[in-house]
Amino acid sequence: MMRAVDAVMECLKAEGVDVVFGYPGGANLPTYDAFVDAGIRHILVRHEAGGGHAAEGYAKASGKVGVVFATSGPGATNIVTPLTDAMMDSVPLVAFTGQVRTDLLGTDGFQEADTFGITMPIVKHSFMIQHPAEIPRVVHEAFHIARTGRPGPVLIDMPVDLTRAEIDYEPVGDVRLPGYQPTTEGNSKQIRLAAKALANARRPVIYAGGGVISAGASAALTELATSDRFPVTCTLMGLGAFPAPHPQWLGMLGMHGTRSANYAMDEADLIVAIGARFDDRITGKLSEFAPRAKFIHIDIDPAEISKNVPAHIPIVGDAKNILQRLVTEYRATGADSARLAEWWERIERWRAQHPLRYEDTTDTEIKPQYLIEALYEATGGEAIVASDVGQHQMWTAQYFHFNKPRRWINSGGLGTMGFGLPAGMGAAVARPDVPTIVVTGDGSIQMNTQELATCAEHRIPVKVFIANNGYLGMVRQWQELFWDKRYSQVDMGQFPDFVKLAEAYGATGIRLTDKTTLVADVKAALETEGPVVVDVRVTREENTYPMIPAGAAAREMVG
Amino acid sequence: MGEPGTKEPLTLEELEASAGVRTGRKHILSILVENKPGVLTRISGLFARRGFNIDTLAVGPTDDESLSRITLTLDGAMHPIDQVTKQLHKLVNVIKIRDLEPADTVARELALFKISADGASRGEVMQVVEIFRGKIIDVTRRSVIVEVTGTWEKVEAFERMVRPFGLVEMARTGEIAISRGRGET
Repeated sequence: MMRAVDAVMECLKAEGVDVVFGYPGGANLPTYDAFVDAGIRHILVRHEAGGGHAAEGYAKASGKVGVVFATSGPGATNIVTPLTDAMMDSVPLVAFTGQVRTDLLGTDGFQEADTFGITMPIVKHSFMIQHPAEIPRVVHEAFHIARTGRPGPVLIDMPVDLTRAEIDYEPVGDVRLPGYQPTTEGNSKQIRLAAKALANARRPVIYAGGGVISAGASAALTELATSDRFPVTCTLMGLGAFPAPHPQWLGMLGMHGTRSANYAMDEADLIVAIGARFDDRITGKLSEFAPRAKFIHIDIDPAEISKNVPAHIPIVGDAKNILQRLVTEYRATGADSARLAEWWERIERWRAQHPLRYEDTTDTEIKPQYLIEALYEATGGEAIVASDVGQHQMWTAQYFHFNKPRRWINSGGLGTMGFGLPAGMGAAVARPDVPTIVVTGDGSIQMNTQELATCAEHRIPVKVFIANNGYLGMVRQWQELFWDKRYSQVDMGQFPDFVKLAEAYGATGIRLTDKTTLVADVKAALETEGPVVVDVRVTREENTYPMIPAGAAAREMVG
Repeated sequence: MGEPGTKEPLTLEELEASAGVRTGRKHILSILVENKPGVLTRISGLFARRGFNIDTLAVGPTDDESLSRITLTLDGAMHPIDQVTKQLHKLVNVIKIRDLEPADTVARELALFKISADGASRGEVMQVVEIFRGKIIDVTRRSVIVEVTGTWEKVEAFERMVRPFGLVEMARTGEIAISRGRGET
């Protein structure tokens, strides 16, 4: 016999969990008592949202399941944003929330919230514990669901009285989920059909998304691309799935993607979508998206096939397995590479005419794009980069070239400001062997600044670079371009003093204002031990270009 | 066109996308789910969130007490049914979904009608009930309650017939359905 909470700890260890993020409270006191002797590293965050995003960052950097603990009521509602974020970006997460005693359920008890109900639309699955004996099985089912198929967040709501109960604990060796059987093996006929279509395509494009990274299929993707001269573009979530820079790399596609990538999609005759979901930020005006193309769509989630764009050759299954077989099938076709020569001429012309560019300053002022280039140069591209949401996120996606998967950690689908610092913290915990930098803005950072205390306490050496323009830059850009420059609630002034704030939290604070020494200054910041906050003063009104205005077609790119 | 396994090349023009089609007819989905708390909420929540409209919904036990059957009908002119079923399949508690073929399906609905029926009209109401093989299950001096079972269309037709007499109120269960023949639904 052991307490159910001690069984939870045993299950975590059996699942290979070595670190969790969380915050204690009344309804999870038994769980926190179990942590005392469990031998699992627990990182006490300063806000449950920080804990949820840290678990996401940990999961994205490591490929393992991230774990977060929160108490009932406000603790649980505070992880609603990270759960939604993880759902949108398919991040494997298991969240444990405390719940009031079973005799108080439904009585509006102190710190009671209907966590199960509130989170139902934003999780892959959830469990409400009914009996203490079911806890071990539920924990293993939760991990299984979170990490397999299309990954996602799973929540376990545990009434406090049930967690204290003594149970007969038997290690659980299997999971039984009759309604959950993800298809992993791609259909062989469909794969062969795809190879034949590729062999006949004259203007093909590979369009890869975050699913390639989730599936560990980056090497297979590169193999497919280089089995001929297939041009490759990635979504925001897919950056790093294909090693950039590379002769076949077109850059990111979509709203702030490169012209070469968007024009190639527009003129393609065959698009191979892999682990991507045709988000509106990719397609723009749906009716004019890739009008000449047929689509091969490879995805582990059958519901993504033909959701937004009808697929001509759907292949449901694990991307790695499918891509490896597709390479073999494609090679067997003996297709002649020469048929792509004309296509490459056209692409090269776009590349030459429309490289990513910005107007640099002639004095010492730092352009935000240059900040990202300086970060790339100073790190030699060897870093995990966690980003917040806004202009700085797009500039990082454009100017930092990710050559490996799991190096680029950002909030794509939900676009969660405040994601960057805690996610970077989680990534740094997962990968102490790789330097982790956080690129953020003066708006985003303030949505979870409190985690600097966590970083300071645990000496988590994240290097935070704030592209500080005193504005909510992306909103300001839209107001400038589409709302007659009527700026409404976007000027944040120069508050707070981030150097002093960093120091108050126990981190190092640095301010940079001079472009001419930026690379050296960035290097110095990276070499400073422990957490560092670098307040980089950048051009106040700089726009993110190029851009497909919302609801427009790729052809209508501006800037 | 170039079948897999043949040397024949596959021209892209031959490829046709098949999904996302609106069928334009009523669909009856028979959904076998685990009998666990929150399952119905998950399903109704999914429909609300994805903008799918349920026409009717009926839930009940099955021969296996760990499972329940949800029968729901929806309009294939409004929704791509394949997208609805694929989203439903993602729910961990959903075991099996059948989009029942109308020709191979027996579908029934139970409806209760309270109809004004005083002296003059009572005979006529009773005649309509007779034609539809309904049953009068309660009677007062001014009204009758009628039980009608049948397909959705039959119940609709009955409603149209009795409405002119004065339909006080009506309650319908929504269709339940099972496939014809020996095989399981």
